[in-house]
Amino acid sequence: MYISFADRGGSPRRRGAGATRVSSVVVTLGVVSLLTDISSESVAAILPLYLTTVIGLSPIAYGVIDGLYQGVSAIVRIFGGWAADRTERPKWVAVFGYGISALARIGFLLATGFSAIVAIVTVDRLGKGLRTAPRDAMITAASVPENLGRSFGVHRMLDTVGAAVGPLLAFLILLVLPTGFTTVFVLSLGCALLGLVVLGLLVPGRTGAAVPPAVGTTPVRPAFSWRALADPGLRRVLVVAGLCGLFTVGDGFVYLALQARTDFAATWFPLLYVGTNVVFLALAIPLGRLADRWGRARVFVAGHAALVAAYLCAAVPIGTLLPTLVCLVLLGVFYAATDGVLAALAAQFAPAGSTATGLAGAQTVVALARFLASTVFGVLWYSVGSTVALLGFAAALLLMLPVAAFLLRTRSSPGHR
Amino acid sequence: MNRRAIVAVCAAAILVAVAAYAATEYLGYRARQAAPSEVDTIAAEPGAEVGAGDGATIVFRNTAQGAGYGQVASVPLGDPAGVRTLAPVACDRIDSTGSARLCLSIDRGVVTTFTATLYDGQWRPQQSWPLPGVPSRTRFSGDGALVAFSAFITGESYATVGFSIATTIVALPGAAPAEAVNLEDFAFSVGGQPVTSADRNFWGVTFAAGDTFYATGASAGRTWLVRGDLKTRTLVAIRENAECPSLSPDGTTVAYKTRIEGTPPGQWSIAVLELATGRQTVLPEQRSVDDQLEWLDDSTVLYGLPRTDAAGDSDVWSVAANGTQAPVLLIEHAWSPAVLWP
Repeated sequence: MYISFADRGGSPRRRGAGATRVSSVVVTLGVVSLLTDISSESVAAILPLYLTTVIGLSPIAYGVIDGLYQGVSAIVRIFGGWAADRTERPKWVAVFGYGISALARIGFLLATGFSAIVAIVTVDRLGKGLRTAPRDAMITAASVPENLGRSFGVHRMLDTVGAAVGPLLAFLILLVLPTGFTTVFVLSLGCALLGLVVLGLLVPGRTGAAVPPAVGTTPVRPAFSWRALADPGLRRVLVVAGLCGLFTVGDGFVYLALQARTDFAATWFPLLYVGTNVVFLALAIPLGRLADRWGRARVFVAGHAALVAAYLCAAVPIGTLLPTLVCLVLLGVFYAATDGVLAALAAQFAPAGSTATGLAGAQTVVALARFLASTVFGVLWYSVGSTVALLGFAAALLLMLPVAAFLLRTRSSPGHR
Repeated sequence: MNRRAIVAVCAAAILVAVAAYAATEYLGYRARQAAPSEVDTIAAEPGAEVGAGDGATIVFRNTAQGAGYGQVASVPLGDPAGVRTLAPVACDRIDSTGSARLCLSIDRGVVTTFTATLYDGQWRPQQSWPLPGVPSRTRFSGDGALVAFSAFITGESYATVGFSIATTIVALPGAAPAEAVNLEDFAFSVGGQPVTSADRNFWGVTFAAGDTFYATGASAGRTWLVRGDLKTRTLVAIRENAECPSLSPDGTTVAYKTRIEGTPPGQWSIAVLELATGRQTVLPEQRSVDDQLEWLDDSTVLYGLPRTDAAGDSDVWSVAANGTQAPVLLIEHAWSPAVLWP
């Protein structure tokens, strides 16, 4: 089962460009994420509708509770990374995470009240928090270091396909069957179980075997240590990710700014994120490859430049279709250039034996920084208005880019270890 | 059997199971659709005005299974269990005056969108506004010159901004203000202190005389009954823990939903507040009410309660506003009642 395209041929350093060099493990993990995203996003898309029309609740009450669990998810994420490194069994930590989320799907079929729904969503969150870092560590282990950006690109592309297909499937079901919420839940459960089966049976337990021994690293993995997070290289990545995250506001705010300005964005507001996702999935692989060749730090910083442009685009007072479309494209570019690339950067700089912890650290830092950014941005939005707030964040992020480039400068060449 | 074969068999089994479930649900749904409505209905005559009769009329969303599900229906107050007149329009929330109706609808499709549509007395569409998400509340002012509607902002994945809500007030042609007003743009204060935090939300407008209206304000998990002013564009909190207000026709009392201490989140009781004295009376409804109440007259309120035995079905109940009597079932299989007096 340890088939990996990367295994074929001798040295991983130089091989013909363009050939498929992404490990089948990465593709399989991508398929698992695709199925899981169909599962979670199909439910997420119809949840507000379900809460209001079937359970008879205001989603607003749900939102209040929901906020409390964000912090829990961040802690669990670190724990997932730690457990994966500590046990050296990332697969089984991931299986546990995916399994918990699949259990939550069964809950949707039984839930009838507010508390039950909140509990189910929380369990789902915990599962997601647990599995992310071990999964990314498996992607790292199954890839040759030179191709990390591309591997994560492939994974994120498949992942985003799931995120785009899920809501469409759910709405399609409701179109044919207006009361078919349980059908969506059953579909969601089916996809979650299938994802779990694929992960359990088709992903090898020791993905490290896919790394060619020719690289010359010692087969004995250094022991896990919390100090991994203090490794100078990794710390630099965490600092840069955190600094950039401090000026990255939720897409929701950008969409709201567009919605207030143009009729197009107002009419299609519930679907703007689909546009962003389509661009993200189209560009995830090309930008991942670019990151491998041109430098991951450069692509990461350039991705934030696209975000600056997206802010400006959302702030311009032009009420036509064009700024909206350009803005969605820029947001898609931002995600394609930063999401998988950050994972590749963190994996690249994480000390051996602590990959999952390093990945979890980067994701947690970004999540917390963005949460802070959205909070501050929200206050600015109401006190000085959306245009000034967007321009202010654009200016701050623009000033941050040279700092980020400088901090990542010395270690930007890929595959330094 | 190798692992790939096991996965293929699992995939096929799961696919068959999901498809079988979906097919069963679909056939059941078709059978219910084809079945005659479980209540007596007649189609509205083209051109007939709703509420043209002598007594009061109640306009609502019909949630009886079968033909006509989701369409706007009306019954005379004198015979709420009688034959309901079905209008040719489906709405999720509805409010009505003698000559205008505002309908909040979910436009299902591969891309589901949400719309507020203004109709005239004969159900001819006059104007429409896109909504950012699932419809929540709508109310006309007493003179019918203004209308407010609220919708959840549900465009993003559920983890990004969290749920928020948008409320708009528009004036019918000829009335002021000429432009639609978004309550987010109003200055909000609690106890004299301005509230500018990101999680401010406003919903559930009920109009008083002139430029005054009442609504719900929320921030940091707390809610307030707020008094709004369209001229000064201000929202002032006047009481904590009161949502979805509804002003009585005589303008003296506000009915709302409120959280009673010690009950789980998502559990609301209903209460009325005498504006002059500030005296609150909690009404004897034990079930949780998540609706904007509607006054039947100056002493009775109406509200919808979801049925536990059928998804997407609900009943309209009524209860005396002085809190002395138990609630009574007014209209079965109904939601979003609006009372029309001739």
